[in-house]
Amino acid sequence: MNAPANIETTLKDWVTDQEVRWCPGCGDYAILKAVQRTLPELGCDPAKTVFISGIGCSSRFPYYMETYGFHTIHGRAPAVATGAKLANPELDIWLVTGDGDGLSIGGNHLMHVLRRNVNMQIMLFNNEIYGLTKGQYSPTSREGTRSPSTPLGSYDHPARPAAFALGSGARFVGRGFDVSKHLPDVLKAAHAHQGAAFIEIFQNCIVYNKDVFDDFAAPKGAEDRQLWLEDGKPMLFAGDTKGITLNRETLSLEVVDVTDGDWEAAGVIVHDVKNRSIAHMLVEMPFGPFPMALGVLYDDPHPTFETAVIEDRARASEGKQADLAKLLGSGQTWTVDGTAQDPQ
Amino acid sequence: MATAVHNSDAPAAPDAIVVRFAGDSGDGMQLTGGQFTLSTALAGNDLATFPDFPAEIRAPQGTLFGVSAFQINFGSREINTAGDAPDVLVAMNPAALKVNLKSLKPGGLIIADTGAFTKRNLQKAEYETNPLEDGSLAKYDLLAFDISARTIEAVAPFGLGNKDALRSKNMWTLGLALWMFDRDRKPIHDWLKQKFARKPEIADANIAALDAGHAYGETAEIAGPLKQVELPPVPSEPGLYRTVTGAEAISLGLVAGVQLAELPMFFGGYPITPASAILHHLARLKEFGVTTFQAEDEIAAICAAIGASWAGSLGVTSSSGPGIALKTEAMGLAIMTELPLVVVNSQRGGPSTGLPTKTEQSDLYQAVYGRNGDAPMPVVAARSPSDAFDCAIEAVRIAVKYMTPVMLLTDGYIANAAEPWKVPNPADYTPFPAKFTTEKQGPKEEGELLPYARDEHGARPWIKPGTPGLMHRIGGIEKAEGTGHIDYAPDNHQRMTDARRDKVLGVDVPDQDVCLGEPGGKLAVVGWGSTFGPIHQAVGRARAKGCDVSQIHVRHIWPLPANLGELLRGYDHVLVPEMNTGQFKTVLRDQYLIDAIPLTKTSGQPFQIAELEAAIGKFFDDIEGNEGGEVPANDQQLPSTEAD
Repeated sequence: MNAPANIETTLKDWVTDQEVRWCPGCGDYAILKAVQRTLPELGCDPAKTVFISGIGCSSRFPYYMETYGFHTIHGRAPAVATGAKLANPELDIWLVTGDGDGLSIGGNHLMHVLRRNVNMQIMLFNNEIYGLTKGQYSPTSREGTRSPSTPLGSYDHPARPAAFALGSGARFVGRGFDVSKHLPDVLKAAHAHQGAAFIEIFQNCIVYNKDVFDDFAAPKGAEDRQLWLEDGKPMLFAGDTKGITLNRETLSLEVVDVTDGDWEAAGVIVHDVKNRSIAHMLVEMPFGPFPMALGVLYDDPHPTFETAVIEDRARASEGKQADLAKLLGSGQTWTVDGTAQDPQ
Repeated sequence: MATAVHNSDAPAAPDAIVVRFAGDSGDGMQLTGGQFTLSTALAGNDLATFPDFPAEIRAPQGTLFGVSAFQINFGSREINTAGDAPDVLVAMNPAALKVNLKSLKPGGLIIADTGAFTKRNLQKAEYETNPLEDGSLAKYDLLAFDISARTIEAVAPFGLGNKDALRSKNMWTLGLALWMFDRDRKPIHDWLKQKFARKPEIADANIAALDAGHAYGETAEIAGPLKQVELPPVPSEPGLYRTVTGAEAISLGLVAGVQLAELPMFFGGYPITPASAILHHLARLKEFGVTTFQAEDEIAAICAAIGASWAGSLGVTSSSGPGIALKTEAMGLAIMTELPLVVVNSQRGGPSTGLPTKTEQSDLYQAVYGRNGDAPMPVVAARSPSDAFDCAIEAVRIAVKYMTPVMLLTDGYIANAAEPWKVPNPADYTPFPAKFTTEKQGPKEEGELLPYARDEHGARPWIKPGTPGLMHRIGGIEKAEGTGHIDYAPDNHQRMTDARRDKVLGVDVPDQDVCLGEPGGKLAVVGWGSTFGPIHQAVGRARAKGCDVSQIHVRHIWPLPANLGELLRGYDHVLVPEMNTGQFKTVLRDQYLIDAIPLTKTSGQPFQIAELEAAIGKFFDDIEGNEGGEVPANDQQLPSTEAD
């Protein structure tokens, strides 16, 4: 993000006149609403806000935001966004990508935008399937996913977006899911972060991969399997009856029961968003034996790429004038009258 | 059939000389050549150079594929090519001799370092006997002496070990060459002092070696081959001159172009031979509002440039054939979103990895036709290092005026070759400031936002994100006329396809001129790109013999100049020499239905003047000395090294 603009807007100001063309019931609608609700609360300026996307269902997002938008080509949105940010660092950039766009065809660019730490919010809608091309399995599909291209079930191991991001050097990793009421809080934290902020958003593809996240994201009854992380707060879930502890022998996380709210006695650890080691454990934490880690998993700002580029340009230009005539006539020159000039 | 005749025999008082420095890739031959070029330019001779080096950074010492060469053609008349065959070959080891000997002129001079003709080096060069001693070089002038030993002797006072001392061998040789052509040593002294400012003892050792080589020429009183040659300066326009390589000229031209457009430049690049030099030059010009970005790959390089253009800079990207192929989809995006962009293609031998360090013109199809969908894009081709400056400005001008990506074609030869350049005055160029739209432009009462409205040139408005009140979305999906909303309607796609085509076809390309000769006659030799030099010389020689032949050299490959078809129809024959299998020939046939005759070469080497002269000769059997004949296939002009 950039310095808050404090522009007064309402949700309506962020809605375009374009007809939304996602399937009825698609999780994308909820994410769109969450974003449109969040931006006015952040005081963002629609003219300085841009949405840049690649290709796929999620990448239609910019058409529905009354901001500047660029629907680019498959997988390349991080590169386009990097160029736009360097050309105008004042732009507040939101990148919209999916599991196919961001981790398959565009995995390379996603890795580099994260490691360079270009200041923007990156929302990866993870529905574990290729929707727009009609249901093929994706790089995040679970093993055994039956799809038109894997009729007997897929057999490659799925990529884990948050682990990928952290491994690529991301300084902010957040997680949410489409219909979660906490999603705006994660978006706000990402926006407040100076640098590349990566948010994995589980999104329900109701046509090709319906309800695959229900174990933790179902509207009712799944709350107990959600671990909402808050900085400085103990890692508690299931109505504070369970918590996460660190086994200091094996250097691994474990689930412990908490009795009578005495989490300290149970050895539950306190979430520190700047603890990179714990963040690595959280993104690797297998769902099932563990709850799904949600919220802000990691947030430790680091100087941004565009700041370094601007500083480099300033340092390189120090004491120099942009005198083109002088530049053209530099180096070892001579005049045709025969007098060689002193080499410079 | 008789063979073609040309005047390659060295005249008694030559007006031009071709020298080739050849050695191991670690011998510093490129450096020697570069400094000799500078001293030649300072002496007022016209010149052209051809650096030729292996793709390997440090090939195994002494091997045939590790030979690095630098050829320079210089003289007291106009020089357009690096020269067909060398008059002088400097061979620093047996491998350099073996690889380069076949191109040396009969009677040419060989200067060889006997100190490097050891048994081991002879074996590596696959010599069974020492060629310096077995009489096999009888048809050449041979000057063989122990340069290695003399260098060690010269630098002895500086206390360097033998290995370090031998590194100055190239400076000793350069000193001898400077004596041969009566050149001033001071600029080289100054350069050495500057280069080794932090290691003055190395600078002193090199200067001592240079002076020793020079003194050797002066005092050795060698009878026979080693003579001083005097080449008076070329009479040329008064003014300030410098030498420039194509890579430098493109970088400078891009900087000049964005100044004229009053835009910051964003350059996205990814390292690739031979295009990287442009990234390196621009990385040092940040005070001119240049941002350089070394991307993670070729695709990211162009996509970042497109993002920057969208945000209000001029996006530029640069690569060579394989990298350009990777950028193709993104070029389509720039065409669809109608954003200005310059794509520089430093062509090299292909396909695939091909010949990374060798030159070719085989990306013309790729430039003109090579994208999915109907994706027209202007293409401009530079003919020489200095011409690349103006071509870069022209590419920027077209991109900004028409809101379109433009491809600027150059090649490995132009990128690396140096030539003297009369330094242009930026004030002589007409500015073409970019205009950003800040208000709604539709006809409705309150104004309507029309990001895809078109001006009189067919260009859409450039609206920077951040502009209040003009928020809109663009992308690769077909756009509705005017509003730019997604629109798949059949008639809309027809109209938008037509609009994109018409915009590019309407680019204000200047009329084609005739470089040499008349607008009409028996034969036109039509070229593009770096073949300019040899074609110019060959046509000039043929005309001197009375042949009715003219030279036409095309800068605007797409769209073609409006008068080109009519101009070409004024000749009985049209011959199109190209360093590919006949790509421009196809475009000319396609556009004008004329019988363009291909003359092609894909050996990774530039055309020789003699080859072209022979091809021209075939059309003039009635002129004495031009009975025509087979085109001699001479691909031995420069060493062909292995490359990957």
